[in-house]
Amino acid sequence: MSTLTDAPKPKFRLSQLLYDTRYRSITIQVVALILIAAGIWWLATNTISNLTALGKDFDFGFLGTAAGYDINQTLIPYNNQMTHGRAALVGILNTLLVAFLGCVMATIIGVIVGVLRLSKNWVVSRLAAVYVEGFRNVPLLLWIFLIFAVLTESLPQPRDFRGAEPAASMILGDSVAITGRGIYIPRIGFTNSLSGNEAVVPREGYTAVASGGIDWLVVLGVFALSLIAIRYVRGRASRIQQSTGVRPVTWYLQLGLLIIPVGIVFVLLGATIVQPFLKGFNFTEGVFMRGSLIALWFALSLYTGAFIAETVRAGILSVSQGQSEAAFALGMQPNRTMSLVILPQAMRVIIPPLISQFLNLTKNSSLAIAVGYMDVRATLGGISISQTGRELEGMLLLGLFYLTLSLIISAVMNFYNNSMKLKER
Amino acid sequence: MSDTNAQTVSYVRDSMLAEQAPPITQVGAIKWVRENLFPTPLNAILTLVSLYVIYYLISHIAPWMFGGIWDANSLSECREIRDATVGSDASVACWAVLGDRWHQLLFGFYPSNLYWRPILALLLFLGGLSPILFPNISRKMLWLTAAAPFLCFWLLWGGSIWLTVSIALGFVVAYFAFVAVSRISALAGIVAALIVPVLYWILLAGPVASTMDSILPIGIEFVESRAFGGFMLSIVIGLAAIVLSLPLGILLALARQSDLFIIKTSAVVFIEVIRGVPLIVWLFTAQLLLNYFLPPGTNFDLTLRVIIMVTLFASAYIAEVVRGGLAALPSGQYEGADSLGLNYWQSMQLIVLPQALKISIPGIVNTFIGLFKDTTLVVFIGLFDPLGIASAIRASTDWNGIYWELFIFIGVMFFVFCFSMGRYSLYLEKKLQREHR
Repeated sequence: MSTLTDAPKPKFRLSQLLYDTRYRSITIQVVALILIAAGIWWLATNTISNLTALGKDFDFGFLGTAAGYDINQTLIPYNNQMTHGRAALVGILNTLLVAFLGCVMATIIGVIVGVLRLSKNWVVSRLAAVYVEGFRNVPLLLWIFLIFAVLTESLPQPRDFRGAEPAASMILGDSVAITGRGIYIPRIGFTNSLSGNEAVVPREGYTAVASGGIDWLVVLGVFALSLIAIRYVRGRASRIQQSTGVRPVTWYLQLGLLIIPVGIVFVLLGATIVQPFLKGFNFTEGVFMRGSLIALWFALSLYTGAFIAETVRAGILSVSQGQSEAAFALGMQPNRTMSLVILPQAMRVIIPPLISQFLNLTKNSSLAIAVGYMDVRATLGGISISQTGRELEGMLLLGLFYLTLSLIISAVMNFYNNSMKLKER
Repeated sequence: MSDTNAQTVSYVRDSMLAEQAPPITQVGAIKWVRENLFPTPLNAILTLVSLYVIYYLISHIAPWMFGGIWDANSLSECREIRDATVGSDASVACWAVLGDRWHQLLFGFYPSNLYWRPILALLLFLGGLSPILFPNISRKMLWLTAAAPFLCFWLLWGGSIWLTVSIALGFVVAYFAFVAVSRISALAGIVAALIVPVLYWILLAGPVASTMDSILPIGIEFVESRAFGGFMLSIVIGLAAIVLSLPLGILLALARQSDLFIIKTSAVVFIEVIRGVPLIVWLFTAQLLLNYFLPPGTNFDLTLRVIIMVTLFASAYIAEVVRGGLAALPSGQYEGADSLGLNYWQSMQLIVLPQALKISIPGIVNTFIGLFKDTTLVVFIGLFDPLGIASAIRASTDWNGIYWELFIFIGVMFFVFCFSMGRYSLYLEKKLQREHR
């Protein structure tokens, strides 16, 4: 009979799961997990039973079947015999196109208006304030409708350009036609195209030109090389400045690098400007920017521009006066003060909300539905769904597209924030 | 000697000069104009360009706007009046459409003898809101705050009062369940306060309402949500979504700040998914897909579905705003609450949330402005928001072809609402800054 016992071990009691803070968090998380899983299971079973009741299945095969509808603006070759997947891709590219154009123009408008709003000039700053408040406080949808109505109602139709005494005429030396259907601008064609056999004669008395996908790739490549060279020139100038204290004058070198190589490529490829012209009741050739694209683009950029203007204003105001005074006291020139002292600090404040405005603009581009612009919501989330009856799959893909886009943009923003974070030691 | 010295100074003033007026370029309007409009050549050019822009806009819009015709019954009648008075080549606005259809733009197809109901509901709501917005109003008004949502619901949709009352009773039941059970354990009290009312709503609310209705039928005329439209619909969706999304958003924000991995992850996923996808896609989801996710046979009306969807959408944005407020609070507040021995819910309820919510009110107001503007998107799923009403008016034979007048009216209304709310949020921000200093 041994009376030896171990020291009494604190026994785990079930009630500790509820009352001991060490275990309670586990209990709560397990309960939450069970509840979430139950919720998802409930939704899933409901969906499955609803789908079986309707005789449908969950299948993405529809993406491979023929779409059978036309899209009026395509950045890549497309016809109605191609698949729903291809139509979705066309829509995605259209969304990205209007989002990109919108972001560029909104930034330009926003920066200009933001600076003007800070101007000491009373009229100018008031005008900028009216613009900002007017666009920020009225729904974007109303602006889209309004701008589209202005375009279609007040601009001349292509037929008004016809005849000996036309009611409307092209501007900028007969190169740009602004019509109620859209704007026709000249395009660049290549007479010595690398892709050769696609050349066509646009108009009697002209040489054959090709639109040339490969040619544009070459131009872009040369341009990128020029940028790299410019970067090198600048780096070298900075190194010389570091060692000798004198910065060599390089602006003519930079300008030459920017223009001359691309210019040589253009000349070698035989680039010519192809102007739009009237043929029958409509214009042909040139680049046609559809009225829906223009209305959406302008509305998105004007609306987002108003928000960006506020961001820019806040950013500039956030840099204290002492910074520029200190820079002047060090003997810096005003433009170098701006680029080396004020802007880097203002940018830290401006860029994060700017990127989230870009994100908003991209999401708002789904309002394309108001003007009938064929974006991804109209192709994948609109016609494809109504033709195949695959609401669940189509909406899921559509949501995933937007989600991926916004996650990418947030990732870029986080990366930027981390790299720009004040290095505190 | 003294003589020569006196002669070197030819003239000595022996009295003060009278004060002169400053040069004319340095005072008054001229100084202001020189300093504010023409300080530099570039500024002068900018000023002239802006003045020309203003002149151009006003000279084109003002005659059209102020020469507008207010008294007509259709667009063709408007044109006849215009031809008779100013000539057919002039372009003037036809404001008569507003006089003819203002009730549709404001109330949609709500029965015109019942317009007092939405108006009263709005007043009640504002009354309920006042003790939250203005701290110097009597605390007794908080009772109105609690009752307002139910009264508004009843006034807007009408029907028997007992349905509303029995839904409201659920919250009373929850309170008593909490009080009764929390004597045993605080956690069990919270669980009871969540489970008991849900059981009540599922099992008892319907029978309670119908028995009370058969005993004592009190009710007002029932109005279908299809009749809702115009600004009333925008306001109903916007306010309902923001009020319903507040508690949800606060919970999501707390979950996102929490140390518990699973809860934090699910909150992050929910918020990012909702915020990453445009509202219009969510609205189409509500229209096309919501029926898939609910038990077979459930079908409820589109307005309610939209309110649910917009609520979920708004809650993600509110969560981010509240998270900002929680993050802005100095960590000493959290630590102080912990050192007092308060548990998580006590510290949140008594120390953290009152301060964090106060900081977030401007952000919440801004979210509401955005949401209110976004309610116009419901036009795409077939509801009659102001823009939908505008196209309905345009589709009638009387007003076929009228564009700008309706757009301008809707734009001005939105501008007045949103601008004043924006100013209120700015005022709050300034006030908060003063208080924090």
